[in-house]
Amino acid sequence: MESEGKLLDGLKAGEPAAFEAFVQAQGPRLLAVTRRLLRNDEDARDAVQDAFLSAFKSIGGFEGASRLGTWLHRIAINAALMKLRTRRRKPERSIEEFLPTYLDDGHHVDRPQPWAESGEAGAIRAETRQLVRSSIDELPEDYRNVLILRDIEELDTAETAELLGISIGAAKVRLHRARQALRTILDPHFRESAA
Amino acid sequence: MSMDCKDLAEFLMSYLDGELTDAQRAEFEAHLVICPSCIDYIESYERTVRLEKECESEPSCAMPDELVRAILAARKKPEPNS
Repeated sequence: MESEGKLLDGLKAGEPAAFEAFVQAQGPRLLAVTRRLLRNDEDARDAVQDAFLSAFKSIGGFEGASRLGTWLHRIAINAALMKLRTRRRKPERSIEEFLPTYLDDGHHVDRPQPWAESGEAGAIRAETRQLVRSSIDELPEDYRNVLILRDIEELDTAETAELLGISIGAAKVRLHRARQALRTILDPHFRESAA
Repeated sequence: MSMDCKDLAEFLMSYLDGELTDAQRAEFEAHLVICPSCIDYIESYERTVRLEKECESEPSCAMPDELVRAILAARKKPEPNS
C-alpha cells in the first residue's frame, strides 16, 4: 500500500508528523483491544502508550513482512498481556463449574434446551451487548484471554498460543472450554422457556 | 464404538472446524440423528460464538487527545541511562 509505505518512510526518518498520523490512525483500534483485555480504562491507555513506545523503538527494524497495523496490533496485545500478568488476579471461579456435566451413561445431566430466536436481526440491543460482555468477564482469565484473542481479535491458534506462552493444543482446548462456559452462563437468559 | 453426548461435546469444536476424520464425523452425525438435545447444544454453542463476536466488535473507540499528546511527548523524552 503506497500510503503505508510513505508513512513507514516518515516513521523511519523520525518525522514528527508521521508519528502523529500513526498514533491518530492506529490508536483507536489499539485502545479497543487493550480495553477488551484489561477491562480498565487507565490500564488500557497505559498499555497503548507502552505499545506505541515499543513500536517507535523498533520501527527501524520493521521490514514490512506484515502490515504495519497488524504488527502494532500484536505489540498492543503483548503490552496488555504483560500488564495483566503484573496485576493481582481477582478471585475467580474454576472453569469446571461452567462446563456441562454428564451421567454415567454419557447423557447430559441438564438436558440442553433450544434457545429463543433473538428477533435482533441487525443491531444487537444494548442490554444484550452488556449481558454478553459481563458474561465474558465472568470467565476465568486464562480462558477469557483465549476467547478474546481467537474469536474477537481473530488471531490464529498459533499466534494466540505464542502470545500466551502455551501450546497450540492447550489454546484449542481453552477456546472450546471458554465457549462452552460462556454458553452455560448465557443459557438461562436465552432458553425458550426464559424468553 | 458409538458416540454419546459427552463425546460429542468434546469433539464439537473440531467438528465445526472440519478437523474430524471421516469416521469420527460419521459417528458424530449418527449421534445427532438420535439426539435432539445435542442439536440444541450445538445450536446454542454456535449462537454463543456469534453473540460474543457481535457484542465485542464495536467500532473502535475514539482516541483521547491527551493520550495522543502523552505518547508523542514520551517519544521525545531521552531514555533513562542512554
